[in-house]
Amino acid sequence: MIQVEKLCKSFTLHNQGGAVIPVMQDAEFAVAPGECVGLIGASGAGKSTLMRMLYGNYLAASGHIRIGGVDVARAEPREILALRRDRLGYVSQFLRVVPRVSTLDVVAEPLLRTGCGADSARARAQELLERLNIPRHLWTLSPTTFSGGEQQRVNIARGFAYAYPALLLDEPTASLDAGNREVVLALIEEAKARGAAIVGIFHDEAARHRVCDREVDVTRFTPGLA
Amino acid sequence: MNVSAYNFAYLDEQTKRMIRRAILKGLAIPGYQVPFASREMPMPYGWGTGGVQVSAAVLVPEDTFKVIDQGADDTTNAVSIRRFFEKTAGVAVTEDTARASVIQTRHRIPEMPLRSDQILVYQVPIPEPLRFLEPSEVETRKIHSLEEYGLMHVKLYEDISQHGAIATAYAYPVKVEGRYVMDPSPIPKFDNPKLTMDAIQLFGAGREQRIYALPPHTRVVSLDFEDFPFEASKADHACDLCGAGDSYLDELIVDDAGGRLFMCSDTDYCTTRRAAGHVGAQGVPAKEDVA
Amino acid sequence: MTPLLQVDAVSKFYGARIGCAEVSFDLYPGEVMGIVGESGSGKSTLLNCLAGHLQPDAGAVRFDTRAGGLRDTITMSEPERRMLGRTDWAFVHQHARDGLRMNVSAGGNVGERLMAVGARHYGEIRNTATDWLGRVEIAADRIDDRPSAFSGGMQQRLQIARNLVTGPRLVFMDEPTGGLDVSVQARLLDLMRGLVREMGLSAIIVTHDLAVVRLLADRLMVMKDGHVVETGLTDQVLDDPQHGYTQLLVSSVLQV
Repeated sequence: MIQVEKLCKSFTLHNQGGAVIPVMQDAEFAVAPGECVGLIGASGAGKSTLMRMLYGNYLAASGHIRIGGVDVARAEPREILALRRDRLGYVSQFLRVVPRVSTLDVVAEPLLRTGCGADSARARAQELLERLNIPRHLWTLSPTTFSGGEQQRVNIARGFAYAYPALLLDEPTASLDAGNREVVLALIEEAKARGAAIVGIFHDEAARHRVCDREVDVTRFTPGLA
Repeated sequence: MNVSAYNFAYLDEQTKRMIRRAILKGLAIPGYQVPFASREMPMPYGWGTGGVQVSAAVLVPEDTFKVIDQGADDTTNAVSIRRFFEKTAGVAVTEDTARASVIQTRHRIPEMPLRSDQILVYQVPIPEPLRFLEPSEVETRKIHSLEEYGLMHVKLYEDISQHGAIATAYAYPVKVEGRYVMDPSPIPKFDNPKLTMDAIQLFGAGREQRIYALPPHTRVVSLDFEDFPFEASKADHACDLCGAGDSYLDELIVDDAGGRLFMCSDTDYCTTRRAAGHVGAQGVPAKEDVA
Repeated sequence: MTPLLQVDAVSKFYGARIGCAEVSFDLYPGEVMGIVGESGSGKSTLLNCLAGHLQPDAGAVRFDTRAGGLRDTITMSEPERRMLGRTDWAFVHQHARDGLRMNVSAGGNVGERLMAVGARHYGEIRNTATDWLGRVEIAADRIDDRPSAFSGGMQQRLQIARNLVTGPRLVFMDEPTGGLDVSVQARLLDLMRGLVREMGLSAIIVTHDLAVVRLLADRLMVMKDGHVVETGLTDQVLDDPQHGYTQLLVSSVLQV
């Protein structure tokens, strides 16, 4: 479902004397449907970078990232946009908040974008928000004023609203208490059960051991560290 | 009266030729405003110079000429223009619509249907129907050439939203032969249906330097909305002098108590009816009325 | 899939000065393209060339017309281009005054495009106008008021309603939130996001505000001195800028 081949990346900082920072060399791994692969490695080794590259948020210098019939490393923008709409989901570390949009609408949006009806989209959003213990009276408010943990749970609800065949999760259990952590892990297990291929970054070892079938150490691909 | 001091009908032959060319073009493209080189006339702009130039270009010595000003032959301006052509063209003049071959009019169409051997010449102040909504001449010319008349209906929409009905009572815009939107000059909307007639109609705007025309039997449709159709309305009254129920009326206040009199705006029409024996509510029989 | 708009090497020069040079891109249905750059970058020149307001010196702008497939709008006859401008295309100006008739009521402004394509039933026109005023969050009882009585944000929303009433497929926007208060901008942007998604619109938005493109645009083009220096997915260009100028632009934005 997800195939990474010979992936390379470096950053060139033009406004700082043209400094070139190579961050990835020949990264290679695959994720099958129903599998969850955990990315591990020291902080700064490139876990988030790799995840962003899988999503097309960071550009690859060379190599292939095959997901859902699209090579993200060299696809046209509209192909990546279509991929993100119905095949590839991404739960980032931080919720990017649009002021004035209610929590319910934030969570329902991925469903609405795939053409789901407004009523069933909201129903699914409500279901997830309840599971993630977001109080009902907050559903009509914008998440702008929520706590970090609440925002993260809204972010997760949005990520799981639509049943993506491929899912990228960056620290999904960070800032969560035990109860909510349990809910998120259950969501991940359900996604695996329906055949989703998942790549996740978990600093929490217990969580990682619970849901990940394999681990990939990104320090293997970091130039100068391998 | 020294006719030999003037060229026939005042204008030189070359000018008349230029105006006739504009008239022919206008007849060939009904409703289209043809620019023409308007001359300095011995009357100021705003006093009918356009109509006078058109009349001067079409008159021949055998014509009989009539002038009406809001229906009346005897206003100062109507009399002045009639005398002008008597002096400079030596043509016969009349107040009788049926006997006239060329009729110059300000803001009315005679009640009596005109014939195919007659010409009606209109005095036009502002020839451009869109002027009040679109001040740019460049833009209105484009609108006409591209037939983009949505703006015209915006004006009518605004009327209905402000007054509950299309409030335009005169100079009511029309579409000619399904192509050009035209301002029929400030005639009351009551006169609009008459715009399809047997006679030739010529429109002259001297200050704005435009001539346009309607050949006989041209299809002329007043603009409206499906749910607010055009109505050729007039005062709900009959003429108090001759009893006519189908003519456009002037309203006169006759005393301090608000007493009013309605009379035909078309004086010749009224006179003819009274001569035929018709008497209105406040009229006196014609033979007693020595005028 | 046929692109909705195919921009092919569009260039505009002012004597020896470059307005914009050799700009090419394809825009697909439902995509929103942001064009950012600082003053003098050529982004407004480019937008006006694409929208038919300026005549480019070179290049083609092909639009997928309903009847005739991809047609070069630059070589189209003026009546055809103006018809396109009333039906399939829309242009939202930076200053509402340029995009509205200030002496015509709000209802008349929204209804004008309908009347321009043949609507002749007053009641239906008024209903459609009322409906659209509601969609852009203007109270229905203001339908007979003139835009001169509206606030800046309301005028801008009226402009949007006026443009979208005939269901265009492509909307050009020139600094749509420029000059508006921040809270008003936020409301306007939400509205536009919603409408773009609901109506499946494609849009080309010129702005100097990176927050606007982050919110509205799927794709981004960065212009400097008349040239496109970088292009790609909005989030990619803003999060992983490749070109030196883009890196400078992104790092210059103050975090609040």
